[in-house]
Amino acid sequence: MSKVKVGILGSGNIGTDLMYKILKNDGPMELSLMAGIDPNSEGLMRAREMGIEASHEGINDILADSDIKIVFDATSAKAHIQAAEKLRAENKMAIDLTPAAVGPYLVPPVNLNDHIESKNINMVSCAGQATTPLVHAVSREVPVQYAETIATVASRAIGTGTRKNVDEFTRTTANSLVKVGGSISARAVPVFNPAEPPITMVNTIYTVIKEKDFDVDAVKKSIKDMVKNVSEYVPGYRLKAEPIIDYRETPWGRLPVVVIMNEVEGEGDFFPKYAGNLDIMTASARKVGELYASHILQKEEVQQ
Amino acid sequence: MKIPRLTDTTLRDGSHAISYSYTSDQVKDIVHGLDKAGVPVIEVSHGAGLNGSTIQQGFSKTPESELIKVAVETAKQAKIASLFVPGIGTSEELRDAIEIGIKMVRIAVHCTEADVTEQYFHLAKELGIEAVGFLMMSHTQPKEVLVEQAKLMESYGADCVYVVDSAGALVPDGVRERVSALKDALTIDVGMHAHNNLGLAIGNTIAALEAGADQVDGTVRGLGAGAGNAPTEVIVAALNKMDIDTGISLSVLMDLAEEVVAPIIPSPIVIDRDNLSSGYAGVYNSFLLHVRHAAEKFDLNPTEIMEELGKRQAIAGQEDWIIDVAIELAEKKKGLQSIK
Repeated sequence: MSKVKVGILGSGNIGTDLMYKILKNDGPMELSLMAGIDPNSEGLMRAREMGIEASHEGINDILADSDIKIVFDATSAKAHIQAAEKLRAENKMAIDLTPAAVGPYLVPPVNLNDHIESKNINMVSCAGQATTPLVHAVSREVPVQYAETIATVASRAIGTGTRKNVDEFTRTTANSLVKVGGSISARAVPVFNPAEPPITMVNTIYTVIKEKDFDVDAVKKSIKDMVKNVSEYVPGYRLKAEPIIDYRETPWGRLPVVVIMNEVEGEGDFFPKYAGNLDIMTASARKVGELYASHILQKEEVQQ
Repeated sequence: MKIPRLTDTTLRDGSHAISYSYTSDQVKDIVHGLDKAGVPVIEVSHGAGLNGSTIQQGFSKTPESELIKVAVETAKQAKIASLFVPGIGTSEELRDAIEIGIKMVRIAVHCTEADVTEQYFHLAKELGIEAVGFLMMSHTQPKEVLVEQAKLMESYGADCVYVVDSAGALVPDGVRERVSALKDALTIDVGMHAHNNLGLAIGNTIAALEAGADQVDGTVRGLGAGAGNAPTEVIVAALNKMDIDTGISLSVLMDLAEEVVAPIIPSPIVIDRDNLSSGYAGVYNSFLLHVRHAAEKFDLNPTEIMEELGKRQAIAGQEDWIIDVAIELAEKKKGLQSIK
């Protein structure tokens, strides 16, 4: 079977974990290059150890290799805005793991096939990847007036980039709950908990339902189906408990709120297991890469 | 001992205790009284800070922007301040509140996470208002960690950093050592925000002042989250007896407490079983009403929920864990019953 060459831009923690995930299960992809800017970076060293070509010339070697069709960008929002244009000019597909959001949001179990021809898609945020599917699971059964998600992650699993820009993290996640999750309005609140030993990522999803009568069982089934879908590519993604209906005072009156509690344990590829927030980003990106690579291969077959 | 600057946070911390139901008229009356008494700083916002109106915390009955506006218009001498928690509020709400007229923001984070505050300190200073750092749940960390975190805030431009005993879990020695460590390490002001779960809110406030604190918080009639705070009028009375003249009128404050604030408190704020177990377990005070709600829904004793939350090291903003804990405890009980 022929494969599609892919490259990783950014040899930091996310890029390194993603490398291990692709190598573990590359499907239609062939990881051919890991690119960073620091010749001494641990990520580049690890890539070489695994027999992957590594470059510290930033994006240059990726651009120079016309066989690389898909590029995972795990740098920063600022860097991606510049990289996006260059990749587009070379007709390379970009899977953006930064908060830049040059392209549309992509959350695999919800809209994986919606942007199949897009040359640039964005992976939202870790909280977005974890909570958007659950909001969607409710909204596909009954209209969601308002969704609110609390993403609690271990302090140690939050990098400097997010710490310096909590605003961006909050806004991006809330936008995804509306645009992809299908809620009419939304809020997203992150909590960084320093408990030792570090806690596993936990998310609470509240969805406010205005309908007087709705099929609670259908909603619960939809949630469970969704959790199963996500766990196919993020094995540590699960419900903490059976979803509950709790009545709360809201700006729309006293209404039923579906409360979903979810836990995301990582696979421990490069990050420790508690860092499910980082794991879900790389696992989702790998999933998207797999789909795009298959799509490229299918198109090639048709052309032949 | 120096004369401290007093911040009254009845209209912020107190909103937790009345489920975020302040009306514009109540804000007007309370600000009027505090301002007339000579209290220099009055904090007004949702209990969880700007934009705190959520399912997680509870929705505000009146939009806080309206309440802040009334406060700004009513105060003649007092500075109006708001609390701001990164992640709950964003730059947008902070800008809006400054536009309405707050002259101080208190930027609050769990006491190990100061590095998320940088962009907000910069924004506040750029827009020309006073910026105070709030190290919540200070009882959970030794003084060395607090010093390191406070220094980060100082480097971002903080004018003052507070030791915040959000759980009411500190005893006077713990307050003294934390406040003096901060005083030694910083060139800016140091403050103390106390809760009364162990009956020590006034004692801890005085201990902080003895250790060199420059600013302290109070709430009228102690109207704050959980067991409440050091009552503003009691701080003033105690300081008067210690010959420290804050210039604040005790009689105006006493009238305000009795005639305006007491009538809006749904049930007296006392150190009952729930509040004592909360402080004893080191649980964030604004969890109280949520814990009672969950205890009722799942037929549990609030104390067992508090204990488990303490064990799990829940921090500010984690009200969702209350339900998680309650479900687990309820299931455990069910399991035990079926064994019987």
